Amino acid sequence: MNNVFVYCELDGKNVCDVSLELLTKGRKLANTLGVQLECICAGADIEGIEKQVMPFGVDRVHIFNDSRLFPYTTQPHSALVCNLFREEKPQICLMGATVIGRDLGPRVSSELHSGLTADCTELEIGDFNMNVGFDENKKPIMKHYTEQLYQIRPAFGGNIVATIVNPEHRPQMATVREGVMKKEILDENYKGEVINHDVAKYVKDDLFDVVKVLDRHVEKAKHNLKGASIIVSGGYGMGSKEGFDMLFELAKELHAEVGASRAAVDAGFVDHDRQIGQTGVTVRPKVYIACGISGQIQHIAGMQDSGIIISINSDPNAPINTIADYVINGTVEEVIPKMIKYYKKNSK
Amino acid sequence: MALNIIVLAKQVPDTHNVGPDAMTPEGTINRAALPAVFNPEDLNALEQALRLKEQFPGSKINVLTMGLPKSAEVVREALYRGADAGYVITDRCLGGADTLATSYTISQAIRKIGDYDIILGGRQAIDGDTAQVGPQVAEKLGLPQVTYAEEILQLDPETKRIVIKRHIDGGVETVETHLPLVVTVNGSAAPCRPRNAKRVMTYKNAASPAEKAPEAQDEFKALCAKKPFLNITTWGAADIEADPQQIGKTGSPTNVKAVKNIVFKAKENRTLTSGDADVENLIVELLNEKIIG
Repeated sequence: MNNVFVYCELDGKNVCDVSLELLTKGRKLANTLGVQLECICAGADIEGIEKQVMPFGVDRVHIFNDSRLFPYTTQPHSALVCNLFREEKPQICLMGATVIGRDLGPRVSSELHSGLTADCTELEIGDFNMNVGFDENKKPIMKHYTEQLYQIRPAFGGNIVATIVNPEHRPQMATVREGVMKKEILDENYKGEVINHDVAKYVKDDLFDVVKVLDRHVEKAKHNLKGASIIVSGGYGMGSKEGFDMLFELAKELHAEVGASRAAVDAGFVDHDRQIGQTGVTVRPKVYIACGISGQIQHIAGMQDSGIIISINSDPNAPINTIADYVINGTVEEVIPKMIKYYKKNSK
Repeated sequence: MALNIIVLAKQVPDTHNVGPDAMTPEGTINRAALPAVFNPEDLNALEQALRLKEQFPGSKINVLTMGLPKSAEVVREALYRGADAGYVITDRCLGGADTLATSYTISQAIRKIGDYDIILGGRQAIDGDTAQVGPQVAEKLGLPQVTYAEEILQLDPETKRIVIKRHIDGGVETVETHLPLVVTVNGSAAPCRPRNAKRVMTYKNAASPAEKAPEAQDEFKALCAKKPFLNITTWGAADIEADPQQIGKTGSPTNVKAVKNIVFKAKENRTLTSGDADVENLIVELLNEKIIG
């Protein structure tokens, strides 16, 4: 009871990275609160799936195995989560801020009348004082709450961060984008309890007939931005689609991946899935080379934890320069060919 | 066969132009201080509605919005582009609502409108980027939901069957379900058609009584007596029989504890020129320290 829950998203028989990242975060929150970490795995033919999640320190794995639970559809998954939560009364529930998490989370929060915060970038535990009215002298009456989940998220296009709490309603629900939290195996041999649930007890049969998936087409990502140790990233300053060719060339030499700022993506220079920042991917490479990127808050938030940041910009006052380790004052057209040239010359 | 279509639209602050007075000291949004626009993905939703109306002549599009009195602007804009009528829900007691209180309020208004086959809205609004109100409205009305929709591929009003293409992570999916339902439309769907000049002429004086100053009320009433379609139906919390415990700040489980501006930790950095020597030295240094290579 009152434990921390993670809804694990499944890609067929595999638990998605975003869910494993949330298990690591959930473990830490559970430790702070002195409670257990539990998770839900709902899918088709998923015998043994507990082996994928247990090493992250899960104390109880709730398994719902039914051929009709994959691919994901809203109502069956929502029903099993809501009905399980009515029994287990979790205090916290985390989900990926994916298409599935953002479809399921609000449906569950509405049915359970609990607060949900989307796209959190940090989750912490702390106290909260809430004004619950005024006394006869018109002084505010404060109510003190302990051990609340701080749901911290950017708002207003990334210009501010807001800390949200839900003092009176449980579970406290939050979604988090992939790559924002770090996944870390706690113990390969961690032993938790496995609970195989009878799906029929949680999901009425007719819910499976509401929405039918006729066709599903998923492509493997063309790149591995999240796992790359070096990223060459371009902004609006690259000027054009052709301008990005030189970044791909530099990336090929360095065995790096190519990323982009929102401005470059919006301008059509490069595919949307390469976008780095709050509304794209969060990355932490060893080296981040920012080319012609001015460094709006929403971009910096997605790459500030990179090891070494090199900024190439013709504007010496570009905001990104303040967080860079190396600043090269110059145009990308001038500097990048030189980087390629001197890398080839010296790397032999 | 004609359809009754409801489009959920929101007037949002233009988050690309945010000033320091954008937030109140209590941490809620100071909407009055910001330029307001039609939420972009709600326009994608309107386009899907207009396509259905073309496909099924006689269909009716009702636009529903909640906000300050001036949010009637989005209803007017939708009328210019082809919607048939609009509703504005506005009331002081609705202020400070989070997504749950908002979806409750909207679902009450939809119940009051009554006839609906399909409810369309944008996937999310650019002021909050939460994508929550659509699914929450669906849950409150006990309807199926299809989120991240890109195109309505088939709809049969007789059998109530609908087939929708939707975006999923890394791909697309085609789903089949039935009317009535809630569909949230993704920004990758077809863009909305522009205003129609004739409709602008017809509807330019359409308004919510809440937008009009007290001294202008009589004149507006007289105008609406002649042209009833100019009156944008305006409801308060009582009109939609909303439970006071479930609306506004009272009905919101989430509370804003704090709001702060983002400040990044500045680093000490080395500034280099674009000259050959500087670039080569940097590359050599990174290679020697095995940072690259």
